[in-house]
Amino acid sequence: MFANLSLNQRAAILSLVLLAVGLLIWEAAIPAQKAVGELTEYERLTGGGAPKAGIPPPSEVLGKAWDELSNPFYDAGPNDKGIGIQIGYSLYRVLSGYFLAALVAIPLGFLIGMSPVAYRALNPFIQVLRPISPLAWMPLALFVIQDSQLSAIFVIFICSIWPMLLNTAFGVAGVRDDWVNVARTHELGHLRTAFTVILPAAAPTIVTGMRISIGIAWLVIVAAEMLVGGTGIGYYVWNEWNNLDLTSVIFSILMIGIVGMALDAAFAALQRSVAYAE
Amino acid sequence: MSRPFLSVEQLTQQFPDGQGGIQTVFENASFGIEQGEFVVILGHSGCGKSTIMNILAGLAEPTSGVVKMDGYAVSGPSLDRGVVFQNYSLLPWLSALSNVTFGVGARHRDWPKSRVTEEAKRFLSMVGLEGDVIHRKPSQLSGGMRQRVSIARAFANQPKLLLLDEPFGALDALTRGTIQDELLKIWGGTEQTVFMITHDIDEAILLADRILLMTNGPFARVAESVEITIPRPRTRTGIVEHPNYYAIRNHLVHFLGERSKALSGQVPGDAMQRPETVRIDHTAREPAPDAEDAPAPLRAVNS
Repeated sequence: MFANLSLNQRAAILSLVLLAVGLLIWEAAIPAQKAVGELTEYERLTGGGAPKAGIPPPSEVLGKAWDELSNPFYDAGPNDKGIGIQIGYSLYRVLSGYFLAALVAIPLGFLIGMSPVAYRALNPFIQVLRPISPLAWMPLALFVIQDSQLSAIFVIFICSIWPMLLNTAFGVAGVRDDWVNVARTHELGHLRTAFTVILPAAAPTIVTGMRISIGIAWLVIVAAEMLVGGTGIGYYVWNEWNNLDLTSVIFSILMIGIVGMALDAAFAALQRSVAYAE
Repeated sequence: MSRPFLSVEQLTQQFPDGQGGIQTVFENASFGIEQGEFVVILGHSGCGKSTIMNILAGLAEPTSGVVKMDGYAVSGPSLDRGVVFQNYSLLPWLSALSNVTFGVGARHRDWPKSRVTEEAKRFLSMVGLEGDVIHRKPSQLSGGMRQRVSIARAFANQPKLLLLDEPFGALDALTRGTIQDELLKIWGGTEQTVFMITHDIDEAILLADRILLMTNGPFARVAESVEITIPRPRTRTGIVEHPNYYAIRNHLVHFLGERSKALSGQVPGDAMQRPETVRIDHTAREPAPDAEDAPAPLRAVNS
């Protein structure tokens, strides 16, 4: 019976089995709370009678997810906002920093890719700036910009710019001479050549860079929001840790993963739309 | 002497040889092409055929010398000189039709889209591509079909000079034959001036009005200009029956096999180095063939 199913169906069944087994092991691994027996005077005074904090079982996390997702946009003060609002703030920062980066990286990458001189002149700067952890920019950003929200956006900008810049330059430099010659023999101007030949030819490489960048931006925003505080999914995780609400921490970790997956899937779709076979 | 439509004058190409010296590929190459003529250039690899083609296309600059078309010196690529590249050079993200409309649209920028599409479809059907096939991407087409699209794109531009750089080099022999026929058909209807590179002697005889023969490089030169004295329209099976066919073929084989090497590096005093004109015609000496009014009777091979 199993052999008759398609590859995807078999994989889906296996995924569900692994999920179920994982959840069962997790549920079973949580030690049951010991019944409070006879306590000494000292134990009673130090709170030994209260249940110990532990990793919550999956059933509790699912219950939390149900509560949060059934009302994701409530706003009950600065430290009590729905998960939807927190993710919304994070997405707003990621996307604004990311699109600013794209606005700079793609035209600059075009220039670097077209001109070997520009490539050689700018390469040392890129090589020095690229390996810097984006969070290392935070203190400088806070000092110069004097606004924690804008500083978070700046950090996203600086971490998203490199993969897009390098991939655009690489893609543009790698456009086959034949295709450029086709544009030349058809008397296309520089701008028309850029938009009708070089851009579509380099698009798969450029979009790959954009996809890497959005992944990195989503990784970095969590850490950045833990630092700047106030709103966002990163702040939410840290706030719930301070509240010792591990159920919420686990729930928000899962939400970070799901949103990251959705962002990646969007860029994968874009990648498919610009792909071509030679 | 009247000026030919296209004249190549004292073209020299030198490259650094990588050891501090200079390598001269060809020197003082000069020849002319008349309007409406189909000229094929034959020569061994490395004699600079492709370099000459790139210079004619305006994609490369010669070390010295000029190319004049219609009396004006050529500089840079232009729509007046269309190119069909050996590797087709279709844009892989566009469909076959869009590749041709790309060319037509570049030529006629003021045309409405519908007219551009119509014109592109007309030229695609001339090379035998019609129906759903024209909406496929180049990667979904066979090599032969891709080269047809490329030929349609070049002819649709109606350039003053069409340059074909070994257009059938990457195709198998059977496909090559069919597309040669398509090329002859589309060329016959347009009076297009064509300059073509090939390695294939039979292809050259079938297609050309005149064949330019190049000696081996370095210091290659255009040594001979052989007139193909076989009347048109020609077919692949028809030309082998013609009395001039084997004489011309033998001359070409002989040149490529021996004389291209022997003549290589010889620099005659004449600075212009016009190719020597060779005309092989056996029809005049023989009695008029009766094949003209009746089908040729079967002949014994060893008669």
